[in-house]
Amino acid sequence: MNPYLPVLILLLITIPLAMLFSGLSYFLGPKNYNQSKLDSYECGVPQVGTAEERFSVRYYLTAILFILFDIETIFLYLWARHFNALGWFGVIEVSLFLLILLVGYIYIWRKGALEWD
Amino acid sequence: MGLTEIFQYITQDKFWVEFLTTMIKIAIVVGACANVPPLMVWLERRAPAFMQRRKGPNRVGVFGFRLFGLVQPMADAVKLMFKEEVVPTGADKLFFHLAPVFSMFTSLLIVAAIPFGPEIPVFGFSIPLSIVQLDVGFLFIFAFSSIGVYGVALAGWSCNNKYSLMGALRSAAQMISYEIPLGLSLIPIVMIYNSLDLNTIAQGQEYIWQWGVFKAPVSFFLFLVAMFAETNRAPFDLAESEAELVAGFHTEYGSFKFSLFFFGEYVSMFVLACLISVCFFGGWQNGVISQADLLGLVGSPYIVALIGIGATLTKAVFFMWLYVWVRWTLPRFKYDQLMALGWKFMMPVGLANVAVTALVLAWLRF
Repeated sequence: MNPYLPVLILLLITIPLAMLFSGLSYFLGPKNYNQSKLDSYECGVPQVGTAEERFSVRYYLTAILFILFDIETIFLYLWARHFNALGWFGVIEVSLFLLILLVGYIYIWRKGALEWD
Repeated sequence: MGLTEIFQYITQDKFWVEFLTTMIKIAIVVGACANVPPLMVWLERRAPAFMQRRKGPNRVGVFGFRLFGLVQPMADAVKLMFKEEVVPTGADKLFFHLAPVFSMFTSLLIVAAIPFGPEIPVFGFSIPLSIVQLDVGFLFIFAFSSIGVYGVALAGWSCNNKYSLMGALRSAAQMISYEIPLGLSLIPIVMIYNSLDLNTIAQGQEYIWQWGVFKAPVSFFLFLVAMFAETNRAPFDLAESEAELVAGFHTEYGSFKFSLFFFGEYVSMFVLACLISVCFFGGWQNGVISQADLLGLVGSPYIVALIGIGATLTKAVFFMWLYVWVRWTLPRFKYDQLMALGWKFMMPVGLANVAVTALVLAWLRF
């Protein structure tokens, strides 16, 4: 059996199951709506504007840095798996890779991308 | 064709035996996971009660039997099921309904990669006690736990509430930031046991001195801290800092959708507790008697498997208890402290850990 077949079966079971649970209260619960119940919660006062505002640029920066460093982690996994087969050659190559990465890491630190104030 | 012939055909064909055992395993694991959140809710209300010298919920019972309040979460679940579902005005309806689904199914998917016991023979075929046995078990877990971030981000973004949006942004940024130390901390384990398959890693830890926690202690501490941050648990539960953000990303959620977020959170806590016990504490190995000796002792591979499942669950339950223990012991971090810890401390330490482990292993092996 293909080892990925159970993943597919599990997806086919869990997604409908989650959708069923998600919709459960819609069918079972009461429906007595009024406007103040449907308003977004803002500590009891009417909502000011919408929530779709601009937010801090640091969140975008974090996301970009995450992608960079997470891909690097995935590369390291492949090397770690074949550590014995690659030997000293692999160790030296990965050291160079980490060194280049370290330069980038020091750069973003000094540019202040890691500061939250 | 009679029933016996069908039975004989099915039990002799590798595909059908694997397919049917997979279905049984899915039923058992999904059923067991459905019991994790109620038990954790119970533990999280009773444990702090005893730490603070009060009783905690103990009134709800069945026919007068109170069972230490164990029925309380069940009553809560039934109550949530029959609650009114409110979709706030201005909410993005599609994503509002989709977010809890993401949160739940990803947590159920990552359970699939955890090996709960050694392989058992079924009709002459060797069947692993994990739903999926992949050569890339680690990457599977990381991939699907990353999809879990979508649940949080979409929930906060879709419901037109500023508190939710802030909570979701914080939560998502925190989860992705700590995914890097989490990933880095397991690389030495992959190098030491020379496999990405969790079952093989557990096999490599037969005796206590071969356990990952002694071979890679720095990795263990990095993983432990990242584990708490990854699941948004105290002391890193910034998303739910109720003094600032009401309830974080699920402020607008009520009824059963609300409980799906908790389902997702508790099941992913359980998965990470299982993962830490597999990678650092031998998983289904008991650490004292090797599997071959144990088989000679008890005589049946099924009893060996049961002992293995017991060992995994015992270790996982300890870490589930640790989550609660830490929550009621340590105060919450500030957000800048949290991000500084992740990016400025855990990441360099994780990289240094990988480099030092690689050099030491290369020195020893080549």
